[in-house]
Amino acid sequence: MKSNSEGLIIDGVVAYIDRDNIDTDQIIPTEYLKSIKKFGFEDYLFDGWRYKDDGKLGVTKDERVIDENFILNKNPFNESKILLTRDNFGCGSSREHAVWALRDFGIKAVIASSFGDIFYNNSFKNGVLPIKLEKQEIDFLFDQTQQKVLELSINLQKKEINYGEKTISFHVEKHLLDRIIYGLDDVDITLKEKDKILDFEMTRVEERPWIFK
Amino acid sequence: MKTLYDKLWEEHHVTQLDSGESLLYIDRHYLHEVTSPQAFEGLIKKNLKPWRLNANIATPDHNVPTTRGNNFNSESITDEISKIQVVELDKNCNKFGIKQFDIESNKQGIVHVIGPELGFTIPGMTIVCGDSHTSTHGALGCLAMGIGTSEVEHVLATQCLKVSKLKNMNVRFEGEVDEHVSSKDIVLYLIGQIGTAGGTGYAIEFSGSYISSISVEGRMTICNMAIEAGAKVGLIAPDNKTIEYVKSKSFLDDDTFNQAKEYWKTLKSDDDAKFDKEITIDVSKIKPQVTWGTSPEMVLNYDESIPTVFDTKDENKKNVELARDYMGIENETKLSDLTFDKVFIGSCTNSRIEDLRQAAEIVKGKTIASNISEAIVVPGSGLVKEQAENEGLDKVFTDAGFIWRDPGCSMCLGMNPDQLKPYERCASTSNRNFEGRQGYLGRTHLMSPIMAAYTAIIGTIGDPYEI
Repeated sequence: MKSNSEGLIIDGVVAYIDRDNIDTDQIIPTEYLKSIKKFGFEDYLFDGWRYKDDGKLGVTKDERVIDENFILNKNPFNESKILLTRDNFGCGSSREHAVWALRDFGIKAVIASSFGDIFYNNSFKNGVLPIKLEKQEIDFLFDQTQQKVLELSINLQKKEINYGEKTISFHVEKHLLDRIIYGLDDVDITLKEKDKILDFEMTRVEERPWIFK
Repeated sequence: MKTLYDKLWEEHHVTQLDSGESLLYIDRHYLHEVTSPQAFEGLIKKNLKPWRLNANIATPDHNVPTTRGNNFNSESITDEISKIQVVELDKNCNKFGIKQFDIESNKQGIVHVIGPELGFTIPGMTIVCGDSHTSTHGALGCLAMGIGTSEVEHVLATQCLKVSKLKNMNVRFEGEVDEHVSSKDIVLYLIGQIGTAGGTGYAIEFSGSYISSISVEGRMTICNMAIEAGAKVGLIAPDNKTIEYVKSKSFLDDDTFNQAKEYWKTLKSDDDAKFDKEITIDVSKIKPQVTWGTSPEMVLNYDESIPTVFDTKDENKKNVELARDYMGIENETKLSDLTFDKVFIGSCTNSRIEDLRQAAEIVKGKTIASNISEAIVVPGSGLVKEQAENEGLDKVFTDAGFIWRDPGCSMCLGMNPDQLKPYERCASTSNRNFEGRQGYLGRTHLMSPIMAAYTAIIGTIGDPYEI
């Protein structure tokens, strides 16, 4: 992400996958969930579509049979920071590995008409911005991708996508966006409320003792 | 004026943060080997310990082989990478003192099966786990949801979840079903109607005369798949059946249990509660459901024609085309035209004793079809396995040609040795028919244990009303 006088900007070429309901099993198949690390998932993003062979954890991109037709294997989309897709992106499993794979590949923003709830929440914790747009706006952007290599500039503070003369505004909760802008750690924030949690817990132990047996 | 979800939310609400989000107190946290290692690593890095040890219960399930036999331990796993993850769970649980039903325990099993059956899930709790099928526990009147690994770390460290409130949806199932229809068909039908994003942003309460009429296990199957309708929370108000079920599993002393029971009776939506969305479904018209494509919403009555691009609306043509292609559907027009290779009865959706009884009833005295190369039954836990064996169900299955396995997630997902080979077609009682879910290029058709049992015997999707 870069910053200019107007705020934080994510910009560049938009990679696009014209499908609804891309589930987290497609974003990263279960085989790679065997890793006990939090990084190093870039080669496994969209594994089933990106390669023509079956992969294993630890086998890198260079050892695989690449599907040249898949967008992330094509220049300049292999360097994209922005992914455009359609409805219900990230539905299915709660695996945070899906966001880690996008992040490790270099994706900083995903634009879709809707997202799976758990994926949406996981994204903000890992510096990936999910942007919800109206279906007509998604249609418009897909139309543009068919005419040229689409480049967008996303201004985080202004919550705007800029494309030539056109500006598309998007909504995102401030507290979620702040997590990306300031890289906030949830555990640190919550532990500031330690006394309140302890008080709550003590009352609960008295009122609902069966929970604590 | 309050819904059950509202009541559970208020009951666990610790405080509202400056950001507008709330801290919800978490009563129970389940852990398994896949989504916990990075969370423990984070905890160690921050030099923190679990906030309340006895809130946490762990078991390995995703990676474990289901052909273990005797004297098997974590070190016996032959897949080196899977072994690391299971051993890592052992290490983390030992290090922090978290109660684990490890691979050697006769109580090990799929986390969503063992939680309720060991009495750790009781009504009115908030329950989380790094697994989207945590919604299962909502069947006992809990506010239960799947979380990511960052949140697993957060719950370990703070005993709270930082969340915003969901909207309320009420799905009322009314009427009676016929003998071939089970709760799996009901939830698949719902997903077919509202789509896999239909419940996104909602907590879905399931109610109505049908819900009252079914067992707690049947209710678990419905709440389990709330997430396949997009809702991370599915829940059902506890009734006398729930209380009897919980009593039969409980480790609480009688006084505490009776005290709890009085509170549990208050856990229901008020008559005048306001839901943001309400749906009523007449279940008497629902037939056995089978998925044909690569999303749970691509579901049909067992005897319906498979959609083609020609009979599909424009906006959905591409989805249908891609799904038909992946599923290897060419000239076949009906599900009964497809030839199956494997049958899987198991998963957190359908591996409880009732599921196994229903399937066994159908296969009893019969033999699996010659085109079925492998049919496996994977009980959800050590206790389910033991119960089934006491009832002789294992023998019914093996006599018919099924293989009887040890508990685990098994073929629901390709993390352990139970996987489809490329292009194999499987009748599966699991919850997701996503591309590659059961193995690279594998083809999954979701259905009930009853329909999977019929498919094993016939070799394709048969008409249960003619058999």
